[in-house]
Order: sequence, then C-alpha cells, then structure tokens
Amino acid sequence: MFGTAIIVFREVLEAAIIIGIVSAATRGVAGRTRWLIAGLLAGLIGSGIVAASTDAIASFASGVGQELFNAIVLGIAVLMLAWHNVWMASHGAELAKKARTVAANISEGRSECSILMVVVGLAVLREGSETVLFLYGIAASEGGSARAMLFGGLIGMLAGVAVGYSLYAGLLRIPMRWFFAATGALVLLLAAGMASTAAHFLIQADLIPALASPLWDSSSALPENGLLGILLHSLIGYDARPAGMQVIFYVAVLVVISLGMKLAAKPRKSI
Amino acid sequence: MKNIFSLLLIVTALTPVASSAADADYKLVIKDHRFEPAELSVPAGKKIKMSIENKDATPEEFESHSLNREKLVAGNGTASIYIGPLEPGRYEFFGEFNKETAQGVIIAK
Repeated sequence: MFGTAIIVFREVLEAAIIIGIVSAATRGVAGRTRWLIAGLLAGLIGSGIVAASTDAIASFASGVGQELFNAIVLGIAVLMLAWHNVWMASHGAELAKKARTVAANISEGRSECSILMVVVGLAVLREGSETVLFLYGIAASEGGSARAMLFGGLIGMLAGVAVGYSLYAGLLRIPMRWFFAATGALVLLLAAGMASTAAHFLIQADLIPALASPLWDSSSALPENGLLGILLHSLIGYDARPAGMQVIFYVAVLVVISLGMKLAAKPRKSI
Repeated sequence: MKNIFSLLLIVTALTPVASSAADADYKLVIKDHRFEPAELSVPAGKKIKMSIENKDATPEEFESHSLNREKLVAGNGTASIYIGPLEPGRYEFFGEFNKETAQGVIIAK
C-alpha cells in the first residue's frame, strides 16, 4: 500500500506542481478558474484514452511512439509556457495593477486562459495516463491486496494535490511587487526542465544524439528518486544523470525565453 | 520558420525507420511480474537497442535509475528502448509496478 502511495504521489506531484505554478502565474486573469477546470477535465479524459491506447502508441514509429508522444506533449507545453512568459512581460505591470483592485479584467485575457487550459491539460494527460495504467494494473490483478493498494493510490493522489495547492497558496503570499517576477522565473525554469525531459525522451528513442551520457552523476549526493530529488525534478527539471543534449536543451530554452521576455518588456520604440 | 519546423517534424518522423534495422537486438521478457533473463550481458561502449515484451496481462514500467531510463510496456505488448553507450559495470533495473518481483540487472562488459 505504501509503495502504491509513493508511485501515485510521484505522478500526481509533477502535474500538481505545474498546475500550482501556472495557476498562480495567471492570477488576476478573468475567467481563469473555469479554464483551469476545463483543462483538468480534458486532461483526465485524455489520459484515459492515452492509457487505453498505450500499446498502439508504443508500436507507432517502430517502437518509439511513446517517447515521440511524450516529447511532442512536452514540446507544446514549453511553447505555451514561453508564450505565457513573453505575454506576461508585456502585460505584467498592467495585470499587477489590476490585481490589486477588485475588477481584474484584461482584454487579451482569453488567449492567456486558453494557454492555461492547454498547459494544465497536457500536464494531467502525461502524468495521468501513467497513473491510470498503474491503478488499472492493480485493479486487474487478483488477490485481496488490491483494495489496500488502491487506497494507497488515493492517499498518494491527495498528498500530491496537497503539495501542489500549498505551492499555489504560498506563491499567492508573495507581495505583489515581486509576484509576477517570481512566478515568471518559476515558469521559465519549469519550461526549461520540460525541454530537458523532452530531450531525454528523444535520446531514449535514438532520435537525437546524447552527447556525453551522462554529463555528470550527482545521484549519490542528490538521488532523483528521493523526496528532494523528485521535488527539484518537477520544479526545475533536476536530473541526476543528464545527457549533454539535455543540458543544451535546458540552457537553450532558458536563453530564448529570457530574451523574448526582455524584448517584450521594452517600451515600444520604433525599430 | 514554419518550413524549418515542418522539415524537423518530417526528419524526426523518418529517422527511427532508418536506424532501427541496423542495431543489435537484446530482448527482455516480462512474465508473472518477473524479468527473463534477470541478468543480461551487453557489450560496453556501444549503443544498444533492447526490446521488452510483456507477456502479462497487466502493464509494467521498465525503470532504471542508473541507466536513466523509464518505459511503459502495455499488457501483452512490446516496447523498444535505446540504452548506452555504457561504461563497463552493473546497471540495475526494475519494474516499477511490481517492484517486489520484477528485478534485474544489465552487465556491460
């Protein structure tokens, strides 16, 4: 039961952290909650479908369909988060001002909300499908321990959601002056971490070269399967044994998004 | 920009077809939540394609921290995975969904 709780916790935690950060980052955008729930539901339905078609996805593209699928899902999420941060850089000041007053309504709020929905949906889709498969495996296997294990799964899920929510609530306590800078930095690291994970999947599928694997090994100092390692992996994409290519992806996304934010934040000048 | 992106998509879509045939194959079978063989010897310093066949009805996840790999295998399904090039040594792996029984090790020589 304990083992089940930990496995489910790990999967749920990643999605919960992403949702916590993105929800905080879109604070003050009108209609946000509705879109968030829509993203959650779409992700849950999608993960059921993905779980049911695991074999079909896996056999696609000569056995590396799963990696390709994950990399594409992550890639889209990275693009969305990049877009979010660039948009925030140009509208953040306005949003911060409005969030302080009661009526927070921004004309471009709708596109920002659809980004929120897609990112949340993709996060749930990716992590949820594995959880569904795992729980299905338990439920399908005979033996009286199934109920206890499913109970463990429920505990793991609640614990994951609790961490995600605490992160969200904690972020909201940051003074408004620094708030959007803080969430922007978190989203930036989140996107970079996702890019590194996407590279990891493409290496596993042999679609891109690893370039030194691993580049370093910090698994004895900070194991990736320990609690801190799991947290850091979800938050900033920590990998105890990264391939060189993963680091390149990580840094490239960091640099590109930061540049985009800088350019967007500049007061409009004629070029 | 759009053209580069679609070109990239085409290239990634075609690559696995081109590269998969040439690689040496190693095979793992999952049965009754155990890996068969539980000990697999592979050459060091080479990239290896490994296929994992799951003969159980329930899904399994092949996972290895030392190999930095994680791969879902559907019930009664098969999945392929690339590992290495590896330094000589022992690399433990396990089935995350049935950790008590599904244990194994890859030995790179």
